[in-house]
Amino acid sequence: MAIPLSYNLRNLTVRRRTTILTVLGIALAVAVLVADLSLASGLKSLFHASGNPLQILVLRIGSQSELASSISRAAYQDIEWKPGIARNAAGDPLVSLEMVTVVNLPSIDHPDGMNVTVRGLEPAGVSMRSVQILQGRWFHPGRREVVVGASVAKRYPGARLGKRLTFGGGFWDVVGVMKSSEPAFNSEIWGDLNEISQDYHRENQLNSVLIRAASTAAIPALIRSLNEDRQLNVRAVREPDYYASLTSAGSPVEFLGILVAVIMAVGSAFAAMNTMYAAIARRSKEIGTLRALGFSRGSILASFLAESLLLALCGGLAGCLLALPLNGVTTGIGSFTTFSEFTFRFHVGLEAILPGLAFALLVGAVGGILPARMAARKEILTALRDI
Amino acid sequence: MSETIVETRQLSKEYSRAEFRVTALKDANLRVSRGEFLALMGPSGSGKSTLLHLIAAMDRPTSGEIFVLGQNLRELTGREIAHWRSAHIGFIFQSFNLIPVLSALENVELPLRLTDLKKKERMEHAAVALKLVGLGDRLNHLPSQLSGGQEQRVAVARAIVTDPDLILADEPTGNLDSASGQEILTLLSRLNKEYAKTIVMVTHDPHAASFSSTVRHLEKGALLPETPTEAGQEGPVHAQACSN
Repeated sequence: MAIPLSYNLRNLTVRRRTTILTVLGIALAVAVLVADLSLASGLKSLFHASGNPLQILVLRIGSQSELASSISRAAYQDIEWKPGIARNAAGDPLVSLEMVTVVNLPSIDHPDGMNVTVRGLEPAGVSMRSVQILQGRWFHPGRREVVVGASVAKRYPGARLGKRLTFGGGFWDVVGVMKSSEPAFNSEIWGDLNEISQDYHRENQLNSVLIRAASTAAIPALIRSLNEDRQLNVRAVREPDYYASLTSAGSPVEFLGILVAVIMAVGSAFAAMNTMYAAIARRSKEIGTLRALGFSRGSILASFLAESLLLALCGGLAGCLLALPLNGVTTGIGSFTTFSEFTFRFHVGLEAILPGLAFALLVGAVGGILPARMAARKEILTALRDI
Repeated sequence: MSETIVETRQLSKEYSRAEFRVTALKDANLRVSRGEFLALMGPSGSGKSTLLHLIAAMDRPTSGEIFVLGQNLRELTGREIAHWRSAHIGFIFQSFNLIPVLSALENVELPLRLTDLKKKERMEHAAVALKLVGLGDRLNHLPSQLSGGQEQRVAVARAIVTDPDLILADEPTGNLDSASGQEILTLLSRLNKEYAKTIVMVTHDPHAASFSSTVRHLEKGALLPETPTEAGQEGPVHAQACSN
C-alpha cells in the first residue's frame, strides 16, 4: 500500500507560503488557457449553431466567404429554377439573392470603429432565417431602413433603435432590433437588397444566393447540379458547413492564447520543480525513515509525484476559478474571412475546464517527476544523514 | 538450543572517501539468539552503527555474509529487501524520526500500511501499540505536541506494531534527558523480558548497555569478545513500571 495521501496534503499546508506562490503561478497559466478555450468554445457555438441544415449557400467558385464572392442576377435566375428547390405556398422557389458588405461603426470597445456586416436581402431571405423582431419592426422594401442584430445594438451605441446610421450613399434609419437563434445573424445589419445594392452601385453584382432544398435527400443532387454547372461558375455548400468554416476566425487568437499559456506553464513547471526539490531537501530524513520502515523506492516516487500533482491540481482549480467570471461575458472578434466583427460570449464549460485541469496536471507531472525520481533514488543512509 | 536470529560471518564494510578507503567494520562474527537483548558498544567511529545498518539491510557489506532469520541478505534485491525489512525489522532511531505532519496514531500505523490489514484493523493495532508504550491518551497528538521521551515512545510503538522478529535501536536514548532515557530503556527491557522481543541496541552509554542481556564492544571496526551483563545473568534489574 502507498504512503498516505494525507502525508502529502498536510505537507502542502505546512509550507503554506511556497505552496500558495506555486499554486498562483500554475493558476495564472491555467486561467489564460481556460479563458482562451472559453473564447474558442464561444466562437464555435456562435458558428456551429448558425445555418439551416436544409439550406445551401451558393458563392462564386474560389470564394471562401460571402464578402469575397460575386454572383450576377443572370446567374441567380438560372439558379432559382434548379430542380430540388423548396417552394412556398404561392409556388415560388425559396431562394434569396443577397448582397453583403461591411461598414465601419464605432463600438463601446473600439471608439475608432469596427467592421460590421451589412446584408441586403428580400423578404424571402428574411423568412428563410430563424429571426424575430425584439424591438421596433422589420424594414420596408424600397426604404432606407435597416434592422440590426441584438449584439450590434448592444455593442454599437450608434446602431440602436431610432438612431440613424451613415454608410454607402447616405443615412439609414434603424427601425428594428432582431434576435436570431442562429447567433451569427445577431452580429449583422439587414436592409432591403435593392436599396443597399443601388447605394453601392452593385445592382448586378451581388454576393450570394441562399437556397432551401425541398428535402434532405435532395441536397446532394442539388449541390452537385450547381457545382457541375460550368456556366454558373459557383461553389455550393451546406449553410451550416459554411458557418462552421468561419470558426477559423478565432484561430489566431486561440493559437496566441495557447502559446502564452504554454510559455507561462514552462515557468510554472519550473516553480513546481523548485518547490518539490526544496521539499525533498527539507524532508530527506523523512524519506530515509519511510524507506527504513519498508516503503519501496516506487512508493517514494509515487508519493512525491502525487504531491506535485496535488499542488498542480490546486493551481488548476484556482485557475478555473479565476477564469470563471468570464463565463457569459460578451466580446467581439474580427474575422480575416469576412473582414467584420462577430460578437459572441465566452463559454467557460467543461470543454475549457477539463483541458485546463489536464494542463495543470501535466505541469505538475513535468515539474514533479525529476524531484520525485531524486527522492526515490536516495540511499537510505544518505537520506537519514541529510539535514 | 535457541534459534539464531542474526548471524554474521567475516562481515566487513569499507567506504571510499576520495582516494582513501576507510574500513568501518572488519571481519565481524556475530550471533544473536531469539529473545536476546544485545548492546553494541563502542566509541564514535567504532563501526557499531555500521553493523546495525548492515543487519537492517540499510547498507550492503563489502565482504562477508549476513544471515537474518536464516535469510542471506546479500541474495535479496532492493524491492525484496524493502518488503523483508517491513515484515521482520522494527527500527528505533536516535532522533525518533517521526513524520511531523502525522499524528502519533498515524505514525504508528505507517508500517502497517505495508501489510494486508484493513484500515480499521490497522488503527486498532496502532492504538494498542501506543497504549502498550503508555501513550493511550496521546493518539491524535502531533510529534511537535509531545515531549522527547514521548516521541521516542511513539517511535518504539512504531517499531513493535508489526510484531517484528527483531528490533534494532540506534542510540535510542541519545537525544533524551536521563529520566526519559530511563523510561525508554525500561520499555525496551520490558519488551525483551515480557514479550520475548529480540533487540539489538547500539549505545555508547554503559548505563543503557546495562539493560541488555549481552554486550559486544567494537573498536576501530573490530568486534571484541562477548561480555555478559548483570541484567543478562540476574534478570531485569532495571525493569520497572513505565510511566507517562
